[in-house]
Amino acid sequence: MKSLNNIIKKEMKELLTPATIIPIIAMAFIFGSIGTSMEGIQEGLNEKPVIGYIVQDTGDLAILATSILDNRSEIVFNSTSIDDKSIGLEQVTQNDGLALIVITQNFSENIHNEKQGGIEVYWIMKGAGIMDSISSEAVEQLIRSINYQISKNLIEENTTVNATIALNPSNKIDTTYFKGKELNQLSPGAIIGLLSTQSFLIPVVMMMIIIVAGNMVISSMAMEKENKTLETLLTLPVKRTSIVTGKIVASATVGLIFAIIYMVGMSRYFAGFGGFTAGLNLADFGLALTTSDFVLIGISLFVALISALALCMLLGTLAKNYKSAQTLTFPITMLALVPMFFTMFVDFDTLPLALKALVFAIPFSHPMMAARALIFNDYLLVVSGIIYVTIFAIVTISIVVWVFKTDKLLTGSIRLKKFADIRKRYRR
Amino acid sequence: MHTVEVKNLVKNYGAIQAIKGINFDIDQGEIFGLIGPNGAGKTTALRVISTLLQITSGSIKVLEYDVKKDPEEVRKLISYLPEDAGAYKNLTGRAYLTFIANFFTDKNKKEMIEKGVTIADLENRIDDKVDTYSKGMKRRLLVGRALMTDPRLAILDEPTSGLDVVNAQEIRRIIKDTVKAGTTVLLSSHNMLEVEYLCDRIALISDGIIIERGRPKQLMEKYNVPNIEEVFTKVVK
Repeated sequence: MKSLNNIIKKEMKELLTPATIIPIIAMAFIFGSIGTSMEGIQEGLNEKPVIGYIVQDTGDLAILATSILDNRSEIVFNSTSIDDKSIGLEQVTQNDGLALIVITQNFSENIHNEKQGGIEVYWIMKGAGIMDSISSEAVEQLIRSINYQISKNLIEENTTVNATIALNPSNKIDTTYFKGKELNQLSPGAIIGLLSTQSFLIPVVMMMIIIVAGNMVISSMAMEKENKTLETLLTLPVKRTSIVTGKIVASATVGLIFAIIYMVGMSRYFAGFGGFTAGLNLADFGLALTTSDFVLIGISLFVALISALALCMLLGTLAKNYKSAQTLTFPITMLALVPMFFTMFVDFDTLPLALKALVFAIPFSHPMMAARALIFNDYLLVVSGIIYVTIFAIVTISIVVWVFKTDKLLTGSIRLKKFADIRKRYRR
Repeated sequence: MHTVEVKNLVKNYGAIQAIKGINFDIDQGEIFGLIGPNGAGKTTALRVISTLLQITSGSIKVLEYDVKKDPEEVRKLISYLPEDAGAYKNLTGRAYLTFIANFFTDKNKKEMIEKGVTIADLENRIDDKVDTYSKGMKRRLLVGRALMTDPRLAILDEPTSGLDVVNAQEIRRIIKDTVKAGTTVLLSSHNMLEVEYLCDRIALISDGIIIERGRPKQLMEKYNVPNIEEVFTKVVK
């Protein structure tokens, strides 16, 4: 029994290291935060959506629809004339509202005559993240309530309207205003669906490349130290910049090969979930990327990968062996996960200033955001991102080369050892 | 001109002073031994001369180049064999030698690699992965790597460390032959017999200071002892 305890204790000590504990705690924290955010969104859904409306019809069903809008939403604009549409849109935008709803002329008469009544929804879309689609869902819910109440009303009154109209009394026509574009026949939900490749696939693939390639660089440095090959390498007639660049370029190349493999698999995966946007194509709505856009995305990806690997190289210089290298990949994993989640859930433009600064400062955010930004001609974000990440990469590589030229690469652990010795002495 | 000229060399690791102002020089074609107890500063001195560590104060010249000012030029002249050096495990012995040769020359690359293969003397095993080598085989490969480039200065930290008697003898013979071909050698060793056999001159270092130096024979006469081991014991005590 004593021997068994001894073995269990030793195994537990080996297994419960910062390298194993910290990632678990971090993941728990991330999922906890997501859960908390979702609760917040659910609470938000219960709040009345901010809208404006124009009711062009004075019939009974239009009055019913208006009463639902009045009761279940916060109205910031109302009118009876379509000529006021632009004023209405301005009012809704100024009040951080979601949509301007127009109950069209002859709404009630059409329904009573077995035709669908027209509801035009002019969406003010703020962002293309999942959370943005959830906020627009509140308005969708409002329209469903109107339909439900009209259906109920028609059936209760036992009118002669046919079943199809009774079940679908209105015809919703969506127009979405997003990042300076007017997108006809598209609701925010449909746009978010169309942008799923940019919102999900690219961030996930980017995160995978950074983690995989970054792990390779850190491990490579750790293996050089563990296998005692680093000292020999550093005394060969080769420039420090060549060693650093060689390691970064090799890892970036392998990382990109992995990215292509992931991209193929992940695009099939997302295609499998793309049913709700089947038949719709970004190009049909003037949202396609041009050749120059693809070049910019490529540059953004390249500089982000180089900066990630330079950062990993810097961390790798601290690695004493392969095991310690695994712990050092954690900051990089976190830096890749944060922008990935932000890109998925929210839009950069809708973030508070402090979070915007944080996301912009993380170099890996930029290729994740680039495609979506370019679709909406936000060249400033992409180009400024490329410039920032290039500067970040140059500075980081310079620091790495400097570390390679100093004693720190070989004696980095001495201070820690010395510190440990002092601590031991102090304990005694 | 000396091949190596060390003047008032000081090396600090933070508050720890590992080398406290040492002076020595090595002539061309000489085998110079740095000996001393564990932690005396031997390896630190070799690492500083090899451009691996920065000089805190003082100066080192390797031929006409200053180690502090022209480390890249110095690296073209030297070959450093660390005590516990390793080779890339996923490469074969020959591929490792080729990898190293690629840093030095394009013209005589084949000859350089063949020289490394001959020194390593691993026969057919040279084409096996380094991962499968015994400690002795690895050391032979690394000695081959260090000497195949015909360096002007070979810096060898415990060159026969971990080798059996036969292999150690062979390595010593190779070092002697290399010197005949024009290489200067600076080595450190714990093996006093090796030092006595190989070195033209030695310096005894203790606690970062050179406390004795000279030709092995002169030192044995000075301390009236039959071997360097006893010189070492007397001087260090």
